Amino acid sequence: MESNFILELFGNNIWSYLIIAVIPLGFVTLYALVAILGELKIASWVQDRLGPMRTGWKGVLQPLAEVIKLLQKEDITPTNVNRPLFNTAPFVVFIGSFAAFAVIPFSSKFIPADLNVGLFYIFAVSSFGVIGILMGGWSSNNKYSMLGAIRSASQMISYEIPMALSIIAIATLSSSLNMNKIIEMQSGGFWDWNILGGNGPILKIVFIPFLLVLFIVYFIGSLAETNRTPFDIPEGESEIVGGYHTEYSGMKFAMFFFAEYANMFVVSSLVTVMFFGGWQSPFGSFLNDPISQVFWFVIKAMFFVFVQIWLRWTLPRVRVDQLMYITWKVMLPFAFVAFLGVAFWSMIKP
Amino acid sequence: MAERKEIEIDFGRVETERMRLNVGPQHPSTHGVLRLEVELEGEIVTDVIPHIGYLHRCFEKISENSTFVQVVPYIDRMDYITSMNNELPYVLGIEKLMGIKVSDRIESIRVIISELNRIASHQIAVATFGMDAGAFTPFLFLFRDREMILNVFEKLSGGRLLYNYIRVGGLLQDAYPSFKNDVLDIIRKVRETNVEIMNLLIDNKIFIERTINVGTLPADVAINFGCSGPMLRGSGVKYDLRKVEPYSIYDKFDFEVSVGDGKIGTVGDSYNRNIVRMYEMEESCKIIEQALKFMPDASEDVHATFPKKIAPKGEIYTKAENPKGELGFYIIADGKNKPYRVKGRSPSFVNLSVLPYISKGYMIADLIIILGSVDIVLGEIDR
Amino acid sequence: MTTKEIFEKLKNEFNDDVISIFDDGMVSEPFITVSSKNLIDIMLFLRDEKGLMFDYLSCLSGVDYKENFTVIYNLFSIEIHHRLTVKVELPKDNPVIPSVELIWRSADWHERETYDMYGIIFEGHHNLIRILNPYDWEGYPLRKDYKAPEEYHGIKVPY
Repeated sequence: MESNFILELFGNNIWSYLIIAVIPLGFVTLYALVAILGELKIASWVQDRLGPMRTGWKGVLQPLAEVIKLLQKEDITPTNVNRPLFNTAPFVVFIGSFAAFAVIPFSSKFIPADLNVGLFYIFAVSSFGVIGILMGGWSSNNKYSMLGAIRSASQMISYEIPMALSIIAIATLSSSLNMNKIIEMQSGGFWDWNILGGNGPILKIVFIPFLLVLFIVYFIGSLAETNRTPFDIPEGESEIVGGYHTEYSGMKFAMFFFAEYANMFVVSSLVTVMFFGGWQSPFGSFLNDPISQVFWFVIKAMFFVFVQIWLRWTLPRVRVDQLMYITWKVMLPFAFVAFLGVAFWSMIKP
Repeated sequence: MAERKEIEIDFGRVETERMRLNVGPQHPSTHGVLRLEVELEGEIVTDVIPHIGYLHRCFEKISENSTFVQVVPYIDRMDYITSMNNELPYVLGIEKLMGIKVSDRIESIRVIISELNRIASHQIAVATFGMDAGAFTPFLFLFRDREMILNVFEKLSGGRLLYNYIRVGGLLQDAYPSFKNDVLDIIRKVRETNVEIMNLLIDNKIFIERTINVGTLPADVAINFGCSGPMLRGSGVKYDLRKVEPYSIYDKFDFEVSVGDGKIGTVGDSYNRNIVRMYEMEESCKIIEQALKFMPDASEDVHATFPKKIAPKGEIYTKAENPKGELGFYIIADGKNKPYRVKGRSPSFVNLSVLPYISKGYMIADLIIILGSVDIVLGEIDR
Repeated sequence: MTTKEIFEKLKNEFNDDVISIFDDGMVSEPFITVSSKNLIDIMLFLRDEKGLMFDYLSCLSGVDYKENFTVIYNLFSIEIHHRLTVKVELPKDNPVIPSVELIWRSADWHERETYDMYGIIFEGHHNLIRILNPYDWEGYPLRKDYKAPEEYHGIKVPY
């Protein structure tokens, strides 16, 4: 089955590939606006206030105003920064998170690039952002930026290990790294989603706890990966001012911002793909046509984006050593045990 | 985290350069224009040198050139979030020097607004402390409630930050008719929100982990450094001027002196300093309830005991329990209408001086937590 | 303990170094005047002697009286709950006094402030530099004969 309707429509030529590339870009832009509005409105809902109310109906145009404000802002490059690195860093960060969209399966009929190592690919490119953050932090010639960059690098590298373990576990369960394959394994309603043991006989309920642990490990890791509270220590504004983006302003700062939101969607969609059936409808074949699949996928991913925003406005920040403690001494052993459990299940699974 | 141990690495003399970091004067969590010169070894703080004086407004020099009444607005500007409390010791001192006795209604209004302002100040302290730990939401919850207290102050004095309300021999004006109801509303709301804050912030596992055993200040060190207020009580010393040397009509009320109990963490750490503020808000509510009962209902002329001429003679050290600690004024009056000397002993000034002692060996994130738990106001430190 | 009793106790211990007592029985704060010569011993005695236990230095202020500089120590005992004011008079031409920083650490910043404002030298203080004024400020602002400088780094001072 051709997994891309654009290739079916326009044939296998350069133009269709360009269109395929543009669609996620458009989606990211649109999504970022929605997510910023969501962040503002959820924050105000949590904090018992109204939030932006002046721009448009109930302030819905606020993110647009913010984007225009950031575009208009003077682009300040401080003296004594390393110019080439300083200027490229935000784009490197953004490229890292945007490249991940190449394998995000929005629907059974639309996945920009149907790689058979999709899961692995996402994991590879999302660590790209670390380089950008290190570049930005180091080239800023600012001690706070430097501290933030180093914190960020150590944090991301540490958290990738438990995250990788949960990815391996899912790959073992589905015996594939292909995104669409993993999703197709979970067809048949929510009972067959990986979080509930995947497709298999009733014996799978014994192994649900393992998958639950993997999900929690992956989700906590993804919070750290995207520098969101409670793991926002690389930019913890009460300690190190702005961390790696202290010296950035205007559009370059917006790129960091944009990349963070794009990254939130990437990790959320990965959670969706790995544990919550991706574009599968929760009701089996009901509403499971390619168009509804887009809806299911986006709604599931957005739910996890919402959880991330919700957590940000609820929890305080952890400290650097506690962060390391959580990943190396708590999450890693749990992930190992859970991985063994899942591997055992996929071995005895008929 | 325990005290930092000396790092001894032998292979090939690996030694990294120590970094000097300027935290402030413009920094999100120095609570004003405080500059901390921090020496870092990686993330570990090895030395802290506070530099103050960025907000110095020559309070003492100005006082020598203004009349006794004109000093009061400047005292408001010392600790600008507890103005009512600031006025109280100064006014009480002058009244003591001149032998003025004010009526029960005036005294109880003074106590009520002082305690309300104590609640407001502690709300800011807990709110900004939470924000230093990265929790933004409790901040807005507490500021929402503080608004109610400010509304009452606005009705009383016309100001929302600097009131100039307590006058020598009386008050600016009598309390308005619905004052009692407004205050009772506030108490109810404060108690409600405090439960919410306990659930949302204080009992949060991450918050507890961030604040326990951080910046532990033993009781004897706290006394030797002259710390006062929640800083001293957090270390377990039952020292509260309202109980020890009752001024105004505090001896008529029944309340507990809250101390850090070390139920969570150790006595004297940042968590206990903070929890003392939560307890004190409850105690303040109790005092206000009793003071409202004690307050005579009939409205009266609060200007009746105003002295014709304020020209006391003598020297006095007058002190009161501010939300931040012991606020004292050494007033020397030589019979003229201007004070010869007013020395302000501000609690934050003394409390901050202990910071280098308690923050060595912790991480830079802990330094911010410790600074937040000391609860300083730079207007008072720099005067 | 009242100031009178404390004065007698001190007089027994340090006879000549304890100069006088002021206690008019009125509202004014009673105080004991001591000489600066044996100050450290007197203060240590006040802090450690049983029955006195002044473990808390509330306030330390300098005053510019017409005839001399005076340093005022407001002591308090958290153990026993009594208070005491001690005054030390210093000559105007050479205001030097031993530092009590090692007895009460709270004196650290108070002494720096007094030095900053009055130019009183606290001998033995580990870091006697200006605290509220800029580090390169000239003159001692709270002295009664102080004249504000015309300008500071090119900024006009009297506005």
